[in-house]
Amino acid sequence: MDIASLTIDQVREGLLARRFSAVELTREALDFAEARNPSTNAYLHFSPERALRSAVRVDEKVARGEDPGPLAGVPIAVKDVIVTKGVRTTCGSKLLAQYTPPYDATAVMRLEEAGGVILGKTNCDEFAMGSSNENSAFGPVRNPLAPDRVPGGSSGGSAAAVAQGTAVLALGSDTGGSIRQPASFCGVVGVTPTYGRVSRYGLAAFASSLDHIGTLARTVRDAAVLLGAIAGRDPMDATSAEAPVPNYTHPLDGDVKGMKLGLPLEYLKDLTSETGDLIAKGIETLRKLGCEVRDISLPATDYAVACYYIIATAEASSNLARYDGVRYTFRSESSGTLSDMYRHTRGEGFGAECKRRIMLGTYVLSAGYYDAYYLKAQKVRALIARDFARAFSEVDAIVAPVSPFPAFKLGEKIDDPLAMYLSDIYTITGDLAGIPCMSVPCGKTAQGLPVGMQILARHFDEPSMFRVAYALERAGGVN
Amino acid sequence: MKITEQEVRYVADLANLSLSEAEVHRFQADLNEILGHIERLNDIDTAGVEPMTQVVYEAGDTATLRADRERPPLGTEAALANAPKAGAGYFKVPKVVER
Repeated sequence: MDIASLTIDQVREGLLARRFSAVELTREALDFAEARNPSTNAYLHFSPERALRSAVRVDEKVARGEDPGPLAGVPIAVKDVIVTKGVRTTCGSKLLAQYTPPYDATAVMRLEEAGGVILGKTNCDEFAMGSSNENSAFGPVRNPLAPDRVPGGSSGGSAAAVAQGTAVLALGSDTGGSIRQPASFCGVVGVTPTYGRVSRYGLAAFASSLDHIGTLARTVRDAAVLLGAIAGRDPMDATSAEAPVPNYTHPLDGDVKGMKLGLPLEYLKDLTSETGDLIAKGIETLRKLGCEVRDISLPATDYAVACYYIIATAEASSNLARYDGVRYTFRSESSGTLSDMYRHTRGEGFGAECKRRIMLGTYVLSAGYYDAYYLKAQKVRALIARDFARAFSEVDAIVAPVSPFPAFKLGEKIDDPLAMYLSDIYTITGDLAGIPCMSVPCGKTAQGLPVGMQILARHFDEPSMFRVAYALERAGGVN
Repeated sequence: MKITEQEVRYVADLANLSLSEAEVHRFQADLNEILGHIERLNDIDTAGVEPMTQVVYEAGDTATLRADRERPPLGTEAALANAPKAGAGYFKVPKVVER
């Protein structure tokens, strides 16, 4: 058994054939992950007791001849913005360094009910704000494929763990690209489902009209199985959708003949030449498999970054107001008065990027600016959503790059916030429209850096998205 | 400059954020650069466009009410477990009103 390349099916076969028990696999996976972790800093902490409790439950079911669930015994990493009862959840922030949640996120409960084994919590940009994982209070994550480069962000630890083989699957969160961009940079599959498809109960809120929980895996099939296990209506999240959850793996047969795919011209302008070439080759592969690819236009794309950084920061400035020194572990020593307690707790607790976004969000909502910024951005958001709706009247799915460039060097962009924001251009549009979108590996540059192809589909049409992704994966990306 | 140093201090006050002098200057420069990019929104015509406040899609009625059943609450002890200061079943904060 090669632990670093395990799939859900291999774990299941091994368990049912009694080649290993879930407890044995969990012990081995924990040892392997703990030994490998120092090279990437992908995990912030491990949860061995919880993992072994889950594994014992799986072994008991197998012993009784019961179905141990679709994720039985599978080692899973959970981004540290998703709460786990009794297991520290820091959100990558000094403010929550000692926070131990009193409840589980719905996605966490569901994946454990499906037999999944949570090995630990993964590093991320503070409160999921960043595109490089350099905004973590607990140090950056290194890209396992190129240790001098970032893994992407904000779900950098989740993508790195899956790429490094220290988890078979991972949960991430995506508000503006935080699953797809690191998946692209680390050469794994990353799925942002339709807004409302997965309950956000227990996800630390960043921008509530944009936040998603999604999945990362080494194969399209595994990412789809994990999504199936966590998706569906949850009474604890009023925005979770009633729509029934289809079987995302049926059929995943690689047949894409006759599918109509749209290629948005606005997404091809600012690519590095290698990224552009790899995306073009990936599209050629899909053509050869029988897809009809046509050029489309999404004209509001040029306004997406401006629109996103108004809406996301405005919502963040409100959501992060709760970290005030009263309820969540950290309180400044300089708390002589109530007002000092608020100001100094937040001033000392938040890192630079969180403060920058709180400032921008507070500014755009402040008296006299609301109409010019927030209201205007909401109207532009409607135009971005309209662009997609129009496109989907002609095509079944949209194919595009995930990022204009592959993984960049640690420290390369951290001092230029606007440049960092602009690099989110191709991923934030999907979040603004609330449509499902994913990254699937589409080859590597001459330097060996992975490049992801993005696939976007209609609301709740994850099956079409997975169909295209699986076809590309089976054709071997382009390498 | 779209945003002055005074405005940076005013906004930090609204957000209850204590900033160092270096941060005030850094954020003034950063916010000006970002707001400069955001200015392009003036170029797109949004006359007659309804603002999009939430993601909406075609679906049946989802505004269902949950059954009105008792549920055990989190409980005071669990709710206070992460508080930096607590006592007698309450969150403790610095004194707000002088005697």
